[in-house]
Amino acid sequence: MTDPVQARIATLVGNNDVVLFMKGTPLFPQCGFSSTAVQILERLAVGYESVDVLSDPEVRAGIKTYSDWPTVPQLYIKGEFVGGSDIMMEMYSSGELDAMLDELGVARED
Amino acid sequence: MAMTAADIESAIRAALPDAQIVITDLAGDGDHYAARVISAAFTGLPRVRQHQMVYNALGGRMGGELHALQLTTSIPASGDKA
Repeated sequence: MTDPVQARIATLVGNNDVVLFMKGTPLFPQCGFSSTAVQILERLAVGYESVDVLSDPEVRAGIKTYSDWPTVPQLYIKGEFVGGSDIMMEMYSSGELDAMLDELGVARED
Repeated sequence: MAMTAADIESAIRAALPDAQIVITDLAGDGDHYAARVISAAFTGLPRVRQHQMVYNALGGRMGGELHALQLTTSIPASGDKA
C-alpha cells in the first residue's frame, strides 16, 4: 500500500485486536451510531482501540475506501472488517459477536 | 437535499428488483431512516456484502446526502413468494 493514510489505517487495524473507528471518543461519542457501537463493546467487556475520525480528517476520508464502507462507526477484529453499528447490533443480539471474540481468542476484561 | 423514503426505495429496487423493502422515517425529519430489505440476491453472502449491495444501490449518497440509514438485510424465508 503506497497511500500513507491507507498504510496508517492498516497499521492501526493490524496492531490491535479490536479497533473501532468512530465519531468522538468512547466517553463522548458524537453520533448515536458510534454511541451504540461503544455500548456494545463495553457490554462485551472487550478491550479496544478507538480512533476518532472527527479529529483526523484524513482517516475519516480514508476509512471509507479502506473497506468500501460509506459510514462510521466501523469495527475491526483481528484485522478483519466486521461491520458498522447495524451489523454489530444484529451480531450482538444473536450472540454471534460474543462467540466470534471467543473463537478468535480476543482477551476480555473482568 | 435529503432523500425521501420513495427515493430510497426506488434506488434499492433498481438494483435488487426482487426485494421486499420497508422504509421507516425514524425521526420524521426526512434524514433518519430505517430500511429492511429482503432479497434472494443476498443468499450466501456475508452481512457486510449484503449491506454493501444496498449502499452501492444508493450510489454514494449513503454517508453524504443520506445521513442515517439503519439497515437490516435478510433473505426470503423458504417458501416465501417475494
